[in-house]
Amino acid sequence: MSQVVLDPRLAPPFPKAALPVLRNPQLRKNVAHATDVIQAKRGKLVAEKTDWQELRNAAAAIKDDVLSNLGNYLEEFEARCTEAGGVVHWAWDAAEARRIILDILRKEQASQVIKIKTMTSSEIDLNPALKSAGIEAIETDLAELILQLGEDEPSHIVVPALHVSRSQVREIFARRMGLADLSDDPQALTAAARTYLRRAFLTVPTAISGANFLVAENGSVAIVESEGNGRMCLTLPKTLITLAGVEKVIPKFSDLEVMLQVLARSATGERMNPYTSVWSGVATGDGPQKFHVVLLDNGRSNILARKTERQTLRCIRCAACQNTCPVYRQTGGHAYGSVYGGPIGAILTPQLQRMEHAQSLPFASSLCGACYEVCPVKINIPEVLIELRARVVNQERRRGVRFFDPMYLGMRVANWFFTDSRRFRFAQSWGRFGLGLFTQRDGWIHSLPGLGARWTMTRDLRGLPRQTFRDWWNARLKEGQ
Amino acid sequence: MRASLFITCYNDTLYPETGRAVVRLLERLGVSLDFQPKQTCCGQMHANTGFRPEAFAQASRFVRMYQEAEAVVIPSSSCIAMIRDQYPGLILELGNDKLHQQFQAMLPRVFELSEFLIDKLGVDDVGAYFPHRVTYHASCHGLRALHIGDRPMRLLSKVRGIDLVPIENVDRCCGFGGTFSIKNAEVSSAMLSGKVRDVLSTRAEYCTALDNSCLMHIGGALHREFAATRTVHIAQILASTDLRPAEGMA
Repeated sequence: MSQVVLDPRLAPPFPKAALPVLRNPQLRKNVAHATDVIQAKRGKLVAEKTDWQELRNAAAAIKDDVLSNLGNYLEEFEARCTEAGGVVHWAWDAAEARRIILDILRKEQASQVIKIKTMTSSEIDLNPALKSAGIEAIETDLAELILQLGEDEPSHIVVPALHVSRSQVREIFARRMGLADLSDDPQALTAAARTYLRRAFLTVPTAISGANFLVAENGSVAIVESEGNGRMCLTLPKTLITLAGVEKVIPKFSDLEVMLQVLARSATGERMNPYTSVWSGVATGDGPQKFHVVLLDNGRSNILARKTERQTLRCIRCAACQNTCPVYRQTGGHAYGSVYGGPIGAILTPQLQRMEHAQSLPFASSLCGACYEVCPVKINIPEVLIELRARVVNQERRRGVRFFDPMYLGMRVANWFFTDSRRFRFAQSWGRFGLGLFTQRDGWIHSLPGLGARWTMTRDLRGLPRQTFRDWWNARLKEGQ
Repeated sequence: MRASLFITCYNDTLYPETGRAVVRLLERLGVSLDFQPKQTCCGQMHANTGFRPEAFAQASRFVRMYQEAEAVVIPSSSCIAMIRDQYPGLILELGNDKLHQQFQAMLPRVFELSEFLIDKLGVDDVGAYFPHRVTYHASCHGLRALHIGDRPMRLLSKVRGIDLVPIENVDRCCGFGGTFSIKNAEVSSAMLSGKVRDVLSTRAEYCTALDNSCLMHIGGALHREFAATRTVHIAQILASTDLRPAEGMA
């Protein structure tokens, strides 16, 4: 599994990255099963809220307010967090965030760190940086631990090891923990993980976490989770570093009322998640005595500056879009070449890369709209996908390199036909003649050359009828006269 | 009632029988139809693939062409979605105030076929006869962009002789997605194979929908595997009577 590349700068284009998954029946079964289960739970719990649409509107409005006043709320958070004994750092990009975190860890003389709930650390490639600095990172989220021990990569935003089956977990644990006679009973597996992790919780004095929400009015940080491992990670170490994207800030503590409702129901199909940790700065004699928050931009300001794309930053990482997406259902998360997979990944990843990489991702969607329908903060993902497609095309056109690319050439020619009905009729006649060369006796086309072969690889195409509709209409008009 | 038929580029070229069925159906219901000979495409393919200037050129042709129309009927929900969801942004970005006003004035008069029948004509029983087992595929744009609701099922359930069978995972995409089916042909095919399985397990003779684009995709796979189910546009079922069955059907 280690050939998976979750670095958008190096990952192959989506259609190519999807191929190995499509040929992996175990993985496809795991993904389809897991997303079916979560979706059914979500559906039930959303249906019991009669005010679900109002909740969605409220959640989107809170996030839109944040995005319109981001600087103010961040400064408010910084002030309140500092008053409470925290230290706030600002990181413009991934390199700066890594440098800040490594500096803190060096000062603490850390040789190990425990980690929880931080996709953002994958976004900034933190683990490889820690490794080169001689610091061992230990993932303590159960799913992340499975992936770390199995030398695998996350494939889902909320359930990172969703593509790994129970028997595969048993194999990984048995091999890496030296437990030859471990059974694949869920209790035995979690007990093994517990023993393994307890040692880390009790001995490693430094932790790195992500954040679900940063509360501006009182400098609080909130993390939601299911296992309680996060709670240990956030309370047992002496030093805690929280890495959070700048868009995680919300104005008021009472906004959690809305956000926690939509998040739990959308993410795991629960009324409330089992563990919600909220803390402000440091408390003498209780919990970490040193607390750092690293606020990460890494491309987010650029997203903020764009009218249509801005809504991307409303995302609260619930993965409801991933679970409902018919494309993700087939490919799982690895094909997206980033820790952020599924529809939200298809819009977020290329934007975080400033459109230089991951250009195939905005096209990795049939625009079916299922993501928009379930999104608890109403991100119109299809709209953003189309906007990003236009940006990719404009950029390629400016570079001039795709002038003779069959898709680009075809689109220009098609537009020439579509903007004049005489030219369109001409195209219809020649199309009929051209496709006629490939039409079999049964009136169907079974095989086409070039781009057409991408269609006929699995689908027949009915040959073009002799008479177009407009020819029939015109003939009928003449008859009538 | 007068209405102008926008047949769409692909129905015109690939599925003229759908257009003939729309004409037969609407004329039977007393609608006087006209056909703008200059019509071509709504611009959806270009817009969805990222070619905005081209999409705008086609969109502005459409808006100007149907200025005077009392109603525009389109037998394709994805073209309607293009007009409602994407024209405003295109016109705002590349057009002018005049075009925007023309568009706003025209927009309430543009109907998808089942919307036109139920909302504009106020009929759900169109007097059709179609003695076959049929399953209805809900195309994504009809379902989620147009919020078409139960309109197609209301129309189909009033067809005499029809045996309507529900399909599993009715809200799941068939994987067509326009150029997605070419650019991501393998993933698109994987989505299609699930849809074909759901279609076939209904044991329907015909799979119908509001859009020939989805049906071209599903039907292409059904034909490839010599399956017992064929695809047919909803207009052809609704046009069919005991005296004049749908074209090309025994």
